[in-house]
Amino acid sequence: MRRRRRRERPIEFLLFAAAFSSVAITAGIVFVLFTEASVFFKHISFKEFLTDRQWTPMFSDAHYGIMPLVAGTLVTTGVALAVALPLGTIVAIYLSEFAPHKLREILKPLLELLSAVPTIVYGYFAIAIVAPFLQKLIPNLPLFSMLSAGIVMGIMIVPYVSSLSEDAMGAVPMLLREGSYALGASKLGTALKVVCPAALSGIGAAYILGISRAIGETMIVAIAAGMQPNLTLNPMEPAATITAFIVQVSLGDLPHGSIGYQSIFAAGLTLFVMTLIFNIAGHIIRKKFREAY
Amino acid sequence: MTDFKKFTARRRREDRIFKVIGIACTLVGLLTLSVLLADLCWVGLKRIDWQFLTSFPSRFAERAGILSAWVGTLTVMFVTAVAAIPLGVAAGVYLEEYARKSWLTEIIELNIANLAGVPSIVYGLMALGLFVYQFQFGRSILSAGLTLAVLILPIVIVATRESLRSIPIIIREAAYSMGATKWQTVVHHLLPYSAGGIATGVIIALSRAIGETAPLVTIGALTFIAFLPPSPVTGTFPFVSFEWLKSPFTVLPIQMFNWTSRPTQDFHVNAAATGLILIVATLAMNTVAIIIRYRIRKRIKW
Repeated sequence: MRRRRRRERPIEFLLFAAAFSSVAITAGIVFVLFTEASVFFKHISFKEFLTDRQWTPMFSDAHYGIMPLVAGTLVTTGVALAVALPLGTIVAIYLSEFAPHKLREILKPLLELLSAVPTIVYGYFAIAIVAPFLQKLIPNLPLFSMLSAGIVMGIMIVPYVSSLSEDAMGAVPMLLREGSYALGASKLGTALKVVCPAALSGIGAAYILGISRAIGETMIVAIAAGMQPNLTLNPMEPAATITAFIVQVSLGDLPHGSIGYQSIFAAGLTLFVMTLIFNIAGHIIRKKFREAY
Repeated sequence: MTDFKKFTARRRREDRIFKVIGIACTLVGLLTLSVLLADLCWVGLKRIDWQFLTSFPSRFAERAGILSAWVGTLTVMFVTAVAAIPLGVAAGVYLEEYARKSWLTEIIELNIANLAGVPSIVYGLMALGLFVYQFQFGRSILSAGLTLAVLILPIVIVATRESLRSIPIIIREAAYSMGATKWQTVVHHLLPYSAGGIATGVIIALSRAIGETAPLVTIGALTFIAFLPPSPVTGTFPFVSFEWLKSPFTVLPIQMFNWTSRPTQDFHVNAAATGLILIVATLAMNTVAIIIRYRIRKRIKW
C-alpha cells in the first residue's frame, strides 16, 4: 500500500506542474511586457509617455504620448457601457424576477450565444450594417466612429452583465421576497428595493467584468473605430484605442527591436495594468460585500 | 378604500410596463443576433461554393477563396487542443483532488481567476515575445496553436474543476474503501464521471479559440498565403513529419479581417461568407455543448 502510494508521487508532481503552469503564464506575460517596455522607457521618459498629447510612433516626427489611445479606449468603453449596463441589468431583473421558469431556461442560453459570436464578426457587423445605419440617423457621422464600435461592443457585453447579475439575483433567498410581498410591495418594488440591493456584490462584479471586457476588446474597435490616434472625448469621431494601435503596428512590418516594435509593449502594459486594476477591484467587491444568508 | 385600490392598480400597471420593457430589452439582443445572421446569409451564402472553399486568396475578389484559411484553422485548433486539454484537465484535477489548502494553492487559484480577465491581445504580446522570439518558434502554426492554448487554459481548468466538484464525496470514499489509491480513483471513477462536463467546457473553449483574431494578428499571421503547410504524412521513413508545425499560417478570422478592412464592396462579400462559416461553426459548437450539459443534468442523479 505504501509502495503504491510512493509510486504515485511523480503523478502528483506532474499534476502540480500542470496547475503551476498557469502561474508561469502570468509570469511570462509580466516578464515580456516589462522587459520590452523597459527598453522603450529607456528612450522615452515616463513623463513624455503620460503627458505628451500626441501618439505618432510611425512618423519621422515621433511622439509617444499614450493619452490619445487611452482617451479612445475610455470613450469606446463608455459608449459600450451606456448600452450594456442598463440593458443587461433590465434583462437580468426580467429573467430573474418576472420571466416564467421555462422561458428563462430558453432565453438565458440564447442570450449567452451573443458572447459566443467571434468578435471579428461583430467588427464586420459594425462597419457593414450599424455604421451605415447610424449615418442615416445622424448626418455628418463618419463611417469610422467610436459610436458605432461602442454600440456593437455594448451588445456583445450584455450577456456578461445579465448572466452574472441574474445568477446573483437567483441566489437571493425566497424568504426576502416573501417578506416584501407580505408587506404589500409590488413585484417591481421588490425587485428594485429588495432583490437588487441584496445581490449588489454580484451585480457589481458583473459590471466590472463588463468594463474589463470592453477595455480589452480589440477587433471591433480596430475595424469600426478607425486607426488614427485622436485625442478627443467626442464619440462621433474616429479614434484609435490602445488595442487598435497594437493591431495596426502588428499588421505592418516593424523590425524586431525597433522602438515602434517596443511601443506596442508599452501600450500593452498600459492595457494590462488597466484591466488588472478592474479585475482586482472586482475580486475585492465580491469578497468584501458578499451578503451571506 | 378607493384610494387603496387605485394605488394597487397603479403598482400592477408598473409591473406590467416593466415586463414589457424587460421583454423588449431581451429582444434587442436576440434581434441583433438574427439581423447579423440574416445579413451574413443574405450577402455571403451565395458566395460559398466549391471554388470558394478550394481557392487561395487572390487580388480578385471573385477568384479568392479560403483554402489556406480553413486548413490553417484546423491545424492551429489541433495544436491548441493537444496542448490545452491535457494541461487544463491535469491542472483541474490537481486543484480539486490533490491540492491542500496552502498559500501556494491560493496563489494558483487567484492567478487563474485573474488570467480569465486578461485581454486576449495581451496574450498575443506575450506570445510574440516568448514563443516567436525567445523560443524561436517563429510566426508559425506551432506559435499560433500554443497562443490560443494559453488563452483557453483557464476555461478548461474551471470547467474540469466544476465538473469534478459536482461528483459527491461518497464516490471517492467508496473507491478508497475498496483500497484504490488516489490516482486510481481519479482515472477509474472521477474522470469518467466528469467527462461530459469537461467535454462541454472544452468545446466552449475551442469555440472561443476558433474565432480569436487579435492575438494571432500580434504574433504575425499572414493574410496572403497561397500554399498549404507540408503534409504530416510523408512517403519516406519515418512517414510522419512535423514540418507543418513550422509553416507560416493564416486562419479564417484573419482572412475575414483582411477582407473586411478593404474598401471595395466585392471583398465584403467574401468577408460575409467567411463570417457565416465562422459563426455557424461557433454556434454549432455552443449548441452541442448546451445539449451535452442539458443531457448530463437530466441523466445523472446522484
